[in-house]
Amino acid sequence: MTDWPLLSVIIFLPLIGGLIILLIKEDSISANNIRWSALWTSVGTFVLSCVLWLQFSYSERSYQFVEKVSWFEDFNFNYHIGVDGISLFMILLSTFLTPICILASWKSITKRVKEYMLAFLFLETVMIGMFSSIDILLFYVFFEAVLIPMYLIIGIWGGQNRIYASFKFFLYTLLGSVLMLLAIIVIYRITGVMNIEQLQGNYFNKSIQIFLWIAFFASFAVKIPMWPFHTWLPDAHVEAPTAGSVILAGVLLKMGGYGFIRFNIGMLPEATVFFTPLVMILSVIAIVYTSLVALAQSDMKKLIAYSSVAHMGIVTIGIFLVNQQGLEGAMLQMISHGIVSAALFLSVGVIYDRMHTREISFYGGLVNKMPIYSTVFMIFVLSSIGLPGTSGFIGEFLVIVGAFQFSSFVAIGAAFGIILSAIYMLYLYKRVIFGVITNNKLKEILDLDLREKIILIPLIILVLIIGILPNIFLDPMRLSIELIINNFNLANAK
Amino acid sequence: MASAIIFLPLLGFLFCFFLGHSFSFRVSQIITTTFLFVATLFSWIIFFKYLDIKDTEIYIIFNWLNSGTFSVNWSIRLDSLTTTMFIVVTTVSACVHLYSIEYMKEDASKTRFMGYLSLFTFFMLVLVSSNNLLQMFFGWEGVGLASYLLIGFWHHKDSANKAAIKAFVVNRIGDFGFALGIVGIFLIFGSINFDSIFSSLDNSNYHQERINFIGFNFPAIDLLCFLLFIGAMGKSAQLGLHTWLPDAMEGPTPVSALIHAATMVTAGVFMVARMSPLFEFANYTNLFMTFIGASTAIFAASIALTQNDIKRVIAYSTCSQLGYMFFAAGLGAYNASIFHLMTHGFFKALLFLSAGSVIHALHHEQDMRKMGGLYKKLPFTGLMMWTGSLAIIGFPYFSGYYSKESILENAYFSTSYMANFAYFVGILTALLTAFYSWRLLFLTFHGENRSEISIYEHANESSWVMKFPLLILAFGSVFVGIFFSEFFIGKLKYSFWNESIILLDQGKHYLPFVHALLIKFSVAVGVLIAAYFYFYNKNIALKFSKYFNTLYLISLNKWYIDEIYNFIIVKNYFSLADLFWKRGDQNFIDRYGPNGISKLISLSSSFFSRLQSGYLYHYAFVMLGGLVILLTWFIYY
Repeated sequence: MTDWPLLSVIIFLPLIGGLIILLIKEDSISANNIRWSALWTSVGTFVLSCVLWLQFSYSERSYQFVEKVSWFEDFNFNYHIGVDGISLFMILLSTFLTPICILASWKSITKRVKEYMLAFLFLETVMIGMFSSIDILLFYVFFEAVLIPMYLIIGIWGGQNRIYASFKFFLYTLLGSVLMLLAIIVIYRITGVMNIEQLQGNYFNKSIQIFLWIAFFASFAVKIPMWPFHTWLPDAHVEAPTAGSVILAGVLLKMGGYGFIRFNIGMLPEATVFFTPLVMILSVIAIVYTSLVALAQSDMKKLIAYSSVAHMGIVTIGIFLVNQQGLEGAMLQMISHGIVSAALFLSVGVIYDRMHTREISFYGGLVNKMPIYSTVFMIFVLSSIGLPGTSGFIGEFLVIVGAFQFSSFVAIGAAFGIILSAIYMLYLYKRVIFGVITNNKLKEILDLDLREKIILIPLIILVLIIGILPNIFLDPMRLSIELIINNFNLANAK
Repeated sequence: MASAIIFLPLLGFLFCFFLGHSFSFRVSQIITTTFLFVATLFSWIIFFKYLDIKDTEIYIIFNWLNSGTFSVNWSIRLDSLTTTMFIVVTTVSACVHLYSIEYMKEDASKTRFMGYLSLFTFFMLVLVSSNNLLQMFFGWEGVGLASYLLIGFWHHKDSANKAAIKAFVVNRIGDFGFALGIVGIFLIFGSINFDSIFSSLDNSNYHQERINFIGFNFPAIDLLCFLLFIGAMGKSAQLGLHTWLPDAMEGPTPVSALIHAATMVTAGVFMVARMSPLFEFANYTNLFMTFIGASTAIFAASIALTQNDIKRVIAYSTCSQLGYMFFAAGLGAYNASIFHLMTHGFFKALLFLSAGSVIHALHHEQDMRKMGGLYKKLPFTGLMMWTGSLAIIGFPYFSGYYSKESILENAYFSTSYMANFAYFVGILTALLTAFYSWRLLFLTFHGENRSEISIYEHANESSWVMKFPLLILAFGSVFVGIFFSEFFIGKLKYSFWNESIILLDQGKHYLPFVHALLIKFSVAVGVLIAAYFYFYNKNIALKFSKYFNTLYLISLNKWYIDEIYNFIIVKNYFSLADLFWKRGDQNFIDRYGPNGISKLISLSSSFFSRLQSGYLYHYAFVMLGGLVILLTWFIYY
């Protein structure tokens, strides 16, 4: 199979599918054809990415499925892609969530279906491309390209206040991008090397590392997002259509975590040690602060968005611990959060499609009319608050294990999340689901239909699998994470 | 066989969850109840095997989590401690399953109820059969979930939903400590499997190990045990974290009997006993545990004296009895503690289910002021309630007599600094226990009827489906002590426990005659005062409460702990949330962040755009000004 460029096929299949969709003339009859083509394209991509996982070797430390084509030969830029244990699951997460997003928009998107599907398929291509780039410039191109479809999805298919939201989203990310571009130019000027793999370890002296670290950090901290760069996220989520929120929370936030691992930890180890206390403080603030803010929300999507910030606080703690439990916990937490937050947004989408409001006070007593929905929602809520046996627990717990080795303060901060998350999530669940129906408009509300079940049940299964058999996910990433930790420790030992 | 015990309840739950609604609710009821009775049978068989010396058996199911040196298996550990918990959990659970068939017959979601009961049983069995701390934590949080679901079972009631959340969150505060304790144990011992932790303890270097925690340097074992004990306090409703337990009575009564009396709330005691080889070296934590246990015992008993809700009296009594178990454990008498856990499981479940029968007969009336004289209508239930009450006060040869006496004995002979305090409190609490138990009996079953006459007339005994479980539990309440005291606390304790818990190295002492008499005397006094207050002279209780109004109000209002918590924590928590959001996010970060920048840009651009006004005389004026400045500069330099 080595002569078959599997990875490139996975990257560009969605784009090709999207271009084919572009050829279909959109009218009321062919809108369904567009939907089906988009769905099959994304399902095909997912199947291929599963093949990728099956062929992935667990005993290889560095990149696999490497493809390298020269791009600008004079400048030493290459189309250079590959997969290691860290990017593997990020890619799988992207390919898994895209078909779900397309299915979730089946009925709710009725205007400009063609462009919408194209945006999602293009988004899929650039997400996978970004996670598999080995060349820094290629990474940057994909990283920035993600913004375009996302900006359009919020700006065109979003809610009433979408202009403000997309503006805020753009402003924040632009700030980070400019600094990152600057950093990439500096790296190129100093080394002339654009290969992420080669640049791992101590390549720069400490003062340059600190400058580069800040530049990369600004970019990724906005993406993930860390406190106090988080305020774009709730607005973006509220205005985005359901599928937009799913992909935003599910994959786009993970770009930040992925970047931290590849660039800040991998390339700039000395600066990382220097800045670790700052990151820990910001993360702990994020966990406590946003958990509190989440409680004060009256909009369901905003509440879940704030809970995302708190969960990402756990991830940043885990990453910057740079030990086995911390990093593996952070990775697992990213995967789990990708699934659980996506599922929570989908669950909100289910009732939003019916009632067209996300106000918590509008609802109440849904359990009487929607028993299946209530059960499904409960499972995701439980995973979000980290109940053992669900996916949310493993990552959180491993991070706490790692954190205690670093400092008891950080461990306490991370563990505090298990109390606070229970408060706002259960309070949300109580207000929406339990009680008696007092709002007359809810009297006729229908339970999940087949399409919604098909969307949500795979997510439940995954949540339980990660919770009970996390080794399936931990084993493939183990060696890659060890490599990063070894490089890091070697660099700092010097 | 052990896996059958654990997984039968899970199968029952899965059946209810997936297939329950395709069949009649009867099928679910029959399947779950049968599974539980089979599990009970198996448990007793295994228990009897372990009565004699038998090695610990460990079955590994598969690897759960493997990260670096952190490795955990799903596994089953069988030893005397596990099998003891097995019989308590499965027996009470089977009785409650059967009882619920009748008790819940007017409810719309019987299938869901039976499913939740089985799910709870599964988690509880996982908890007690775990071979490592993480799997225990899985069961620990799992029972918390089941408790949450069952307290809020009647989800149309707002109070039930609130109580459910309260229970979960307060438990989570405990779990926060438990989780940190687990992590700390991994840090110190490099493993969270029981056998490796305990074998490390043979090396005395570990005893002096110290650990840095929030800036202080603590003895490691003391700190770890303290963190674990925080978890136990949450789950077992000890002083400070007890407020969820009385509220949990919002759930259906069979739930209170199973979860909030016999099994889940004793998980904390079980955990301490399971970790007894570690706790043995935690001197300060043990003092703390004794203090908290004894304080809880008397504190909860003082509240139970005046409560009017029949279930709340029993709930506070549970809290108080758990206090006994903890101070026994704190003094190192883990066997007495577990024995009391077992006997308490039987008689407390009996009391709750009997109370359930009363409530059932009176159409969900729980206020004892509206009961009275029910003995004529419900003689069987009355008899059961009497049996349970005799057991709880430690009437000779009833089960509670052996376990409570043993705890007090250990307190008397212990050399711990807290021993005298615990002993004194233990005796005083025994008096209070007798008083509130008999107050409950008199108010409910004796004297004249105070309920509505139509309800009273129609009150009658339920069918055998509800009576049979009561009989089983009553049998246990009476005979468990006689049958098993030799094994748990008597001559055979070494061969029975067989290193599954740490035993105090003292021979069998007997209390001096005066002290033995003192205990019985205090109990008798309690009963007599209750009889005097509530049977012979009813006005005196009223007078008494007026005379000691402050004390009465403190007890009636549960020492105002809920109000204090509400005032200090809950209110401030919500206003802090609002503050962070409105002041922090909106008025600070957004205002000076993105909105600030965009405002700055638009302000500055409007400023700069003013420069290009288009009027010739503006430009001419500026040019003139520039010329003047330039000329001046040239002239001076």
